[in-house]
Amino acid sequence: MDATVVRTGTEGKTWGGGNQPLGASYGKLMMWFFILSDALTFTGFLSAYGFSRFKFADSWPIPDEVFNHFPFLHGVDAPMYYVALMTFILIFSSVTMVLAVDAGHQMKQGKVTTYMFLTIIGGLIFLGSQAWEWSNFISGEYGALKTKGGKILQFVDGEGHRVALEDIAVIQESERTTHRENTGVWFEGGSTVSEFTLEGIKEGFAASDDLYIRTLDFNEEGEKTILSREESQNWLDNNVTGIVEGANLTENEYGPPLFADFFFFITGFHGFHVASGVIINIIIFFNVILGTYERRGSYEMVEKVGLYWHFVDLVWVFVFTFFYLV
Amino acid sequence: MSAVVNAPAHDHHEDHGHHHKQTFISKYIFSFDHKMVAKQFLITGLLMGIVGIGMSILFRIQLAWPEQSFAIFEALLGKWAPEGVMTPNIYLALVTIHGTIMVFFVLTAGLSGTFSNLLIPLQIGARDMASGFMNMLSYWLFFLACVIMLCSLFVEAGPASSGWTIYPPLSALPQAIGGSGMGMTLWLVSMALFIASQLLGGINYIVTVINLRTKGMSMTRLPLTIWAFFVTAILGLVSFPVLLSAALLLIMDRSFGTSFFLSDIFLDGEVLSHHGGSPVLFEHLFWFLGHPEVYIVILPALGITSEVVATNSRKPIFGYRAMIASILAIGFLSTIVWGHHMFVSGMNPFLGSVFTFTTLLIAIPSAVKAFNYITTLWKGNLQMNPGMLFSIGLVSTFITGGLTGIILGDSTLDINVHDTYFVVAHFHLVMGISALYGLFAGVYHWFPKMFGRMMNKNLGYIHFWVTAVGAYGVFFPMHFLGMAGLPRRYYTNTAFPYFDDLADINVIVTVCAIITALVQLVFIYNFFSSMFYGKKATMNPWKSNTLEWTTPVEHIHGNWPGELPVVYRWAYDYSKTNSDGEYVITGQDYVPQNIPMQENEEDLHH
Repeated sequence: MDATVVRTGTEGKTWGGGNQPLGASYGKLMMWFFILSDALTFTGFLSAYGFSRFKFADSWPIPDEVFNHFPFLHGVDAPMYYVALMTFILIFSSVTMVLAVDAGHQMKQGKVTTYMFLTIIGGLIFLGSQAWEWSNFISGEYGALKTKGGKILQFVDGEGHRVALEDIAVIQESERTTHRENTGVWFEGGSTVSEFTLEGIKEGFAASDDLYIRTLDFNEEGEKTILSREESQNWLDNNVTGIVEGANLTENEYGPPLFADFFFFITGFHGFHVASGVIINIIIFFNVILGTYERRGSYEMVEKVGLYWHFVDLVWVFVFTFFYLV
Repeated sequence: MSAVVNAPAHDHHEDHGHHHKQTFISKYIFSFDHKMVAKQFLITGLLMGIVGIGMSILFRIQLAWPEQSFAIFEALLGKWAPEGVMTPNIYLALVTIHGTIMVFFVLTAGLSGTFSNLLIPLQIGARDMASGFMNMLSYWLFFLACVIMLCSLFVEAGPASSGWTIYPPLSALPQAIGGSGMGMTLWLVSMALFIASQLLGGINYIVTVINLRTKGMSMTRLPLTIWAFFVTAILGLVSFPVLLSAALLLIMDRSFGTSFFLSDIFLDGEVLSHHGGSPVLFEHLFWFLGHPEVYIVILPALGITSEVVATNSRKPIFGYRAMIASILAIGFLSTIVWGHHMFVSGMNPFLGSVFTFTTLLIAIPSAVKAFNYITTLWKGNLQMNPGMLFSIGLVSTFITGGLTGIILGDSTLDINVHDTYFVVAHFHLVMGISALYGLFAGVYHWFPKMFGRMMNKNLGYIHFWVTAVGAYGVFFPMHFLGMAGLPRRYYTNTAFPYFDDLADINVIVTVCAIITALVQLVFIYNFFSSMFYGKKATMNPWKSNTLEWTTPVEHIHGNWPGELPVVYRWAYDYSKTNSDGEYVITGQDYVPQNIPMQENEEDLHH
């Protein structure tokens, strides 16, 4: 029985066996299936985000108001400008990755090195930008009040512009003093106490006529509802329980706690992917410099990490869409 | 290994491999060889199975003779059974860990981990898995997950106790019950490792099937086992990451104060700061894994059964392509039915009716499979080997359990029996017992391939018949308990006079469970003693067609000593005759896949 003479009946068929039906090596296929799997993890998170946001559809924060910072333009309302920029940088790093893969196909070590380097730089800029976004998000700008029922109340002036708590509050004499280590008092670290108190804000509100409370509920025009002076006073007197400045995992000045929870978790999880992508890219970058792939005769490793990098970018497009645009 | 990435994938094993001098560690511990990894999965799975089944016996004793003192409780449970009486806390913990171990560690890793690893390279004609290293890693992550899960049993406040589905808020608040503390944390860590192990294994199985089939092994010549493992691996790849999402969010809720699954909770008279989350969200995420998971468990068993039934009926499998189509259909449908676990969770009732529809659709491919098994058996030349008996047993329990699935899948009917013993009976028969039968069938059938020796048939018969009667004895009466309204997961039912009449049935169930569990010891004895003292196996003891029986009995790295076999036909040419009524190969009622088409032979398959 000579195998070379007898026909198997599947000669020339794509799925006939003894070949690579998808035209890809097992390593590349593995990367594809890993991406499929990881995509499902992100799908789980984004579905959870949609599920939760739907629950608060009537009071979800408006992203344009939250993400409106731009470096060196303090106090300028720049909705989405910076996010758009960092998105552009990340996508551009995908372009340089494509060029690196292409240069790899042509076995041009120098070009691969250059483009890999640019890709790494793009990834690092994106990570830095995300850290900057987070720090703005965490420190907050205006501050808000929290009610018994967990609602967030913000202050606006007569023209609907946001007013920060520090501009309202009357600083009161406080019995509290700040102890530091050098005063020799034994203490456990605690959160910093706000400079102003709820009482001070109530006082400041009474002193100014041009202040209104804005709730997060959308009115019929699709804008956040601004209460009248009487209603505002009523909420202040009966429902307000505290001050919220910035954001953490339990409360935030922008809206429902879930808004910040999902923001931190999903952008954080994506950031973790970008960070691991950058690390992998750096490893491959050094392999390229050392000539490992030149000796191997194939730059397929660059292609594999390229797949991962494109995937991370694609996920960002979805995160960007659901968190910032919608 | 990437150096040869562009060469035909099976070539790179030929120049090296079986001439390496292997140390004990590289041969038995951190082995890259798929056959050894398969054995590691099997033995670890069996040991976990002993733990899991042992736990079920403990809580069955409590259910039959509630709050009575037993020396075995005192011995095994220690402080959890003061004076030999099981406490409610440990009862819940036992139920939780029994479910976790059986579903994930025995029936997922133990079943598909074992047989995917053993059979995929052997049956498709490959030297090994695509990546032996990842295969090794997959096993050791699984092993680590086992160790952590077992460690969690000894945590001071008790192991995880919120059920294998770990619904929040019970699982999300460490202060809620003892088991929600460190026990739950270890549970989550263990499962995270388990998911990683599944991911590495699954990617490997899929890619191996796609890229490493030998010449002539087209997709429609694959044995049905491979089709089942292939679709199982894809299902695992699609559903386990979503469990990872749920677990990560749960960890955030537990340890970092987020509110993904928590809202408006009062504990010890204090209101917690969590606001806005929803436990129903967790249920959605969990069951998006959880439902495909039951098919991850049962599909490999069905694949094994297809192979064993055809071989031992000496007939081609009936409806080969319909079998493939039904595997694919079950795989697809399994991802869009998760809501039937949530009919009474507070989910929108309209969604319930949608999920009812998709759920009942699964009855179609399942019935196709059941009928095809029966028609394969019909007028076959049945060889009643232990593997065959367990396969027939699987067909029986799959039908019995499947029929009650139709009742439970209907949202209006489900309301009446949800969370009762009716549900317990249903899923234990259709995925628990059926999948275990598949596992046993596989072990009896491929034992000679794994260890080069035969298992003792007579012990196998004892094992099968006592198990078959015993398992029905355990789970059949549960249908009546459930229809009478007896809720599952209760520590005792004595507080409700309404259930007094059912106490005797619980005793019968427990007695059957004990007998069935004891007879598994016969299997364990048979397994380990045959490993060393069993009758030497021949190359093809079951006169089977598939490629694994063309390899030598002694294991070698690379599977085939010479060139890879070439495939000329499908896997099911049993009792095939020429037009003159004679067997294709004179005096032999089977034609292995590597035999070329004979002269005058009619090509009956595709």
